[in-house]
Amino acid sequence: MSHTVGHEETHGGGTSEIKKVTIILSVLTIIELVLGFWMIGMESEGLRLAVKGTIIILMLAKAFYIVGYFMHLKHEIKNLIMTIVVPLALFIWFIIAFLADGNSFRNLRNTYDPYFKEQSTIKVEKKAHGGTHGAAASHADSTTHESKEAVENKH
Amino acid sequence: MATTTTATTTKLWGGGKSPFNVEYGKLMMWYFLMSDAFTFGAFLISYGTIRFSTNGWPDPNEVFKSFPFAPEGMNAPLVFVSIMTFILIISSVTMVLAVHAGHNMDKKGVVKNLVWTIIGGLAFLGCQAWEWNHLHHEGAWWGSNPFLNADGTASSTNFTNYFFTITGFHGFHVFSGVIINIVMLIMTLMDKFEQRGHYLMIEKAGLYWHFVDLVWVFVFTCFYLV
Repeated sequence: MSHTVGHEETHGGGTSEIKKVTIILSVLTIIELVLGFWMIGMESEGLRLAVKGTIIILMLAKAFYIVGYFMHLKHEIKNLIMTIVVPLALFIWFIIAFLADGNSFRNLRNTYDPYFKEQSTIKVEKKAHGGTHGAAASHADSTTHESKEAVENKH
Repeated sequence: MATTTTATTTKLWGGGKSPFNVEYGKLMMWYFLMSDAFTFGAFLISYGTIRFSTNGWPDPNEVFKSFPFAPEGMNAPLVFVSIMTFILIISSVTMVLAVHAGHNMDKKGVVKNLVWTIIGGLAFLGCQAWEWNHLHHEGAWWGSNPFLNADGTASSTNFTNYFFTITGFHGFHVFSGVIINIVMLIMTLMDKFEQRGHYLMIEKAGLYWHFVDLVWVFVFTCFYLV
């Protein structure tokens, strides 16, 4: 029995396949990085969300190639694939439920907690970095100073 | 076959053949990795939930913009982390090549590729150590967050807490992976696998190493890109 196990996986997964998957993974990573650079300083919130969605789809594609080819799951017996992948399908529910919960919590707090809402709208002076911004901070008017202290007390 | 007849009479698993056609250790490694995936998934989903429940969040391009030996105040977002990502992808490729060489009972190929994988893992850990050290010098640590939200409002410590916890947990996995690979290298050099007649142990170590790379794909996306 044991010797057949050792040789079972040899079909599929030659050096050419490894090369192919390496190139696919590299290209997907480069596309992700290009999208990431493009997103820097992007104004439109809708476009930002679309790019983030694309990056997440590319991330799942990378995960598929790593698990399927590098970890060889695609060439295993279907029952093994099922025992691994089916339990992981729980993540679909976890992600939807928890992110929706977080979002709902934020909406509730914004509606019913004026302090939370206020704290998230007050702009803070950039903290002094090596003393270069120290002079600018001292010129700030008293109202921003008070709010800054309030924020610092909170944490 | 005898097993099929017993199965039809009792309708219970009679044993006698391997249903998944993989050896026991490899199957258990898969189940371990599945449980580890739930651990990392729980961490990342918790991070996402907290992020969704706050109005502002620091901009990763503002936080992770430094590079070793670069002049102070240089603005190079994503550059350093993309190097880390490629290091891990390449080390994953050399690990596949080591597993492949193991299939062909090619000891020299296994040793060569395992050494490269270990070097890649150590390089990644070095990069992470530099990044942590740099962020620590900027005042970021568990419970302390010097970075403002992207919209200029005050941020909470959630950002740094999650960053250090999750990348730390991943870094610990990389560290264990390097140790496992070093053990595999020593065992290969001692001809343990030649005596056994197969290199299946390398495959299990390989599965773990690819999982570490897989987790980085998610961590990288969640913390640096999105």
